[in-house]
Amino acid sequence: MNVRPAGDRAALIELSDNDTARAVARVLAGRAGIVDVVPGHRTVLVTWEGERPPLDDVAPAPVGATGRSAELAVTYDGVDLDDVAGLAGLSREEVVARHTAASYVVAFLGFVPGFAYLLGGDERLRVPRLDTPRERVPAGSVALAGRYSGVYPRATPGGWRLLGRTDALLFDADREPPALLAPGDRVRFVAV
Amino acid sequence: MNRVAVVSAGPLTTLQDAGRAGLAHLGVPPSGAFDRNAFALGNHLVGNAPHAAALEATLVAPTLRFAEAAVVAVTGARTALAHGEPIEVTAGATLELGPCRDGVRAYIAVYGGFDAEPVLGSRSHDLLTGLGPPPLRDGDELVVGDAAGEPTPPPPVRMSDVLRIAPGPRDDWFEPEALDILTGTTWRVANASNRVGLRLEGPPLPRLERGELLSEGVVTGALQVPPSGRPILLGPDHPTTGGYPILAVVLHDDVPLAAQLGPGAPVRFALGRGQHSSLGES
Repeated sequence: MNVRPAGDRAALIELSDNDTARAVARVLAGRAGIVDVVPGHRTVLVTWEGERPPLDDVAPAPVGATGRSAELAVTYDGVDLDDVAGLAGLSREEVVARHTAASYVVAFLGFVPGFAYLLGGDERLRVPRLDTPRERVPAGSVALAGRYSGVYPRATPGGWRLLGRTDALLFDADREPPALLAPGDRVRFVAV
Repeated sequence: MNRVAVVSAGPLTTLQDAGRAGLAHLGVPPSGAFDRNAFALGNHLVGNAPHAAALEATLVAPTLRFAEAAVVAVTGARTALAHGEPIEVTAGATLELGPCRDGVRAYIAVYGGFDAEPVLGSRSHDLLTGLGPPPLRDGDELVVGDAAGEPTPPPPVRMSDVLRIAPGPRDDWFEPEALDILTGTTWRVANASNRVGLRLEGPPLPRLERGELLSEGVVTGALQVPPSGRPILLGPDHPTTGGYPILAVVLHDDVPLAAQLGPGAPVRFALGRGQHSSLGES
């Protein structure tokens, strides 16, 4: 692991892969003096108050997984379904079959509250982002771009390709925990 | 219960407190008062607990009518009212604060704090996500709370137009001269700047061709550099992760200085004491 400075109250720890990043994040999250522990794709950002906590001795937890899993019911009628099928050289039905067959893991959250970056998708469904992001992607849109799948928790601008929609509530500030998905959770999409 | 009528809200006046630190792993921005020092001073002056919510006005401060007597303090940017001292407000009085001077964000603290339903433990409005009480509108009514209490002394405040930085975490994604360009340029704050980030106008910071950075956590004060090469100084409502490399980060104590930079304002950067390029000497 490699610890890089991120100002005088934070450090960015670089790790070999997302599993290790999540495992390190779980260890650090409980430590005194630490304010935020933010896993990224292959990094963990740590922020603190006052003195810098020791960060060079972090042994990853045995597992980065939480043991939790979620199934999200999806209506596959997204406006980009045909384009994704075309880019992947598959039929619409095959895109849905491959998207629902995969077992995903929440790599990290970011962009907006509750937006989970899901890894583990089918290699054939790796498609680039839109050249020009949409000004408004509806809440609940199930989308993919590059190696990630994800669900837009709320209506926002967005450049991912839309496969369908779910009624699942990804983020609710009045709920505990407010985010439906946490790093390390397993996720499956189920076509309805 | 003291009520305060918003006669005129100004272009963007929000409730702010210490924010939502600790929830970044859920994608929740830190939010909270951008000029932390002015906010802390305001609560100190009126005798509030440090977490009491205050108003953060932008460019033009509001006009407020107080139903009952109150004690307020205005800090940060200057307004038409006395600055940096407790002000006794009589029942029925109207305070017309007017345009901000010597900065763009004024803080109005009231004894007891402004009350509102907290969201995820904070009364701060988050411009990026909409979390927290909405921005003030003309005709709104604010309620004064009971957050009077043990104030903590505010931190000593440094006044300067030079923000100190620490290089990294991604200075190795830039040409070696990028840090010299960053510290050798008088940047201008672009109009399209807000609590999410200050866009800076100046020469492009040359990036190395290293492809696309995988998303990683970012902090307030980070100078992230999109493909245009023009840096964005992240404010408190920044997205929690980003995929643009960060050349340097403004030191924690100097972030409040950035909060007072308005459109067109000049700003310079200098390496903080003990901060050096992680690239080493060349």
